[in-house]
Amino acid sequence: MGMTIAEKILAKKSGLPAVMPGQIVDAYPDLVMSHTATWRSVSVMEKVGATKLYDPDRIAVVLDHIAPAKSEKNAADHKKSRTFVKKYGIRKFYDVDAGIAHLVLMEAGHVAPGDLIVGTDSHCTIYGSLGALGSGIGYTEVTSIWITGKLWMKVPESYRIVLRGGFSKGVYSKDLMLHLIGGLGADGCTYKSVEFYGETVQNLSISERMTMTNLAMEMGVKCAFVPPDAKTREYLHGRLKNRAYEEVHADANAVYSKELDMDVSKLEPMVACPHEVENTKPIGEVTGTRIDQVFLGSCANAKYEDLAVAASILKGRRIHPDVRFIITPGSKEIMLEAMRTGVLATLVESGGTLTNPGCGACAGDGGILADGEVCLSTANRNFLGRMGSNKSSIYLCSPATLAASAIKGVISDPREL
Amino acid sequence: MEKRLQGQVYKFGDNVNSDIIIAGRYLIYIEPDKLAEHAFEMLGESFPSKLRAFDILVAGRNFGCGSAREQAVTAIIGLGFKAVVACSFARTFYRNAINAGLPIVECPELYPAVTEGDLIDVDLAVGEIHHKDVTYFFPKFPDSMRKLLEVGGLAEYLKAQLLNR
Repeated sequence: MGMTIAEKILAKKSGLPAVMPGQIVDAYPDLVMSHTATWRSVSVMEKVGATKLYDPDRIAVVLDHIAPAKSEKNAADHKKSRTFVKKYGIRKFYDVDAGIAHLVLMEAGHVAPGDLIVGTDSHCTIYGSLGALGSGIGYTEVTSIWITGKLWMKVPESYRIVLRGGFSKGVYSKDLMLHLIGGLGADGCTYKSVEFYGETVQNLSISERMTMTNLAMEMGVKCAFVPPDAKTREYLHGRLKNRAYEEVHADANAVYSKELDMDVSKLEPMVACPHEVENTKPIGEVTGTRIDQVFLGSCANAKYEDLAVAASILKGRRIHPDVRFIITPGSKEIMLEAMRTGVLATLVESGGTLTNPGCGACAGDGGILADGEVCLSTANRNFLGRMGSNKSSIYLCSPATLAASAIKGVISDPREL
Repeated sequence: MEKRLQGQVYKFGDNVNSDIIIAGRYLIYIEPDKLAEHAFEMLGESFPSKLRAFDILVAGRNFGCGSAREQAVTAIIGLGFKAVVACSFARTFYRNAINAGLPIVECPELYPAVTEGDLIDVDLAVGEIHHKDVTYFFPKFPDSMRKLLEVGGLAEYLKAQLLNR
């Protein structure tokens, strides 16, 4: 019987010729990522009395949430992570200047097709944009993998989603994903591996594919994939250095427990309304909603292309005087590129305030909301109180919708600008 | 791990996410007591103290969705809950619960039957829940998970493994 992408990767990483959905395997990840949570894993390591790592080169540490430190407690936690990294010779270490772990690791060439990558963040699913199996775990489990090199994993069933047609003007992969999450629900793909196919995906940039596999988490997936192609190879060229890899593709006779086929050409800009990501509506149903703050950031939509889309709309315009505009580039590489091309200048000139690269306001680091305030955000979560007061509200949208709305001071349709 | 867990139920709805269980601002803590002081605080200031009166948390679909934060489980343990019974769980919450030694049971049939304050009796050894005069069934844990629950979680399991080396 043929195998899906997730089945092939899990079979390979557990040394088995084949695996079946539901089977529990002991898999050896290529990389285990921990972000600002690293100190917690170090605490567990101390608690269990371990002093040896399975393989320091399979460990990546990126300080991205609440960074630079905002309190003495944060500072002590960061210090604990740095001390660990030095003591054990962890070379894949990125300090508070680098940006969001997911983007940093992909830019630095630590993610290749066919890899198994787990980490202390649910949005590890983003690695599937390059054909790697990424999945979130807790910090205790990170410690366990540091020491033993392995973790148990249940082989997921797979869904196949085929997307046809092109996006109309003002529509992006964020809108597509909000549409899918709204239709399938927050648990529509729980424990499942999702593979995206079709001409729509083939024509999308790597940046747009990253948004897809990142947002797929909000339907509960274990992992999500865009199969590698020429665009993937081009992105990886120069980044992977001389590291060899083998692309993993599903067999023609692989078995999927669900198949969906969708024409995206009629899709409209979408917005996720408070306080669940599955609460999505076409833009027309929410235009005119007052906003106090807009946040252009997060691992979902703070890549260079995202900043450039917002800048193309904001060029020569001013945002509404009652709106605060927070710009948090996803990584240092992204910030530097946006500096060189003038994109950052455009965003700041329009009335935005620039923060350091990282998770920023999405992780409650700056940009906190007061009672009754409304934030429109390009992030991936709008949960109650996530950005501050439990009497505030968060709406999610694409960078284009964000830019158009910032100008008007209310949620606005980017196709009308 | 106790094999038989009895007590009063507190009941939540669907899609209770891990930001609701413990807000991001409290992830600077890993201690059950400190996290419990702020557990479910987003739903109202009185929630953490109110929930301490209950023993078993019952929820609808997709409990623990969203962030992979392990402290969502730690906070529930800190509140004194002995187990969580839901229609379904998000995968990271499920994994973190097993790794923390918190028994976690999927039993959609129970959900519509219970109300807040009801007494239930969860028998992990046989895979049964007793509520009023009705018995509900759930699959027993596979060996890989049972091992972890029995020693009180992954950290304890690792400690024992290292001592035996």
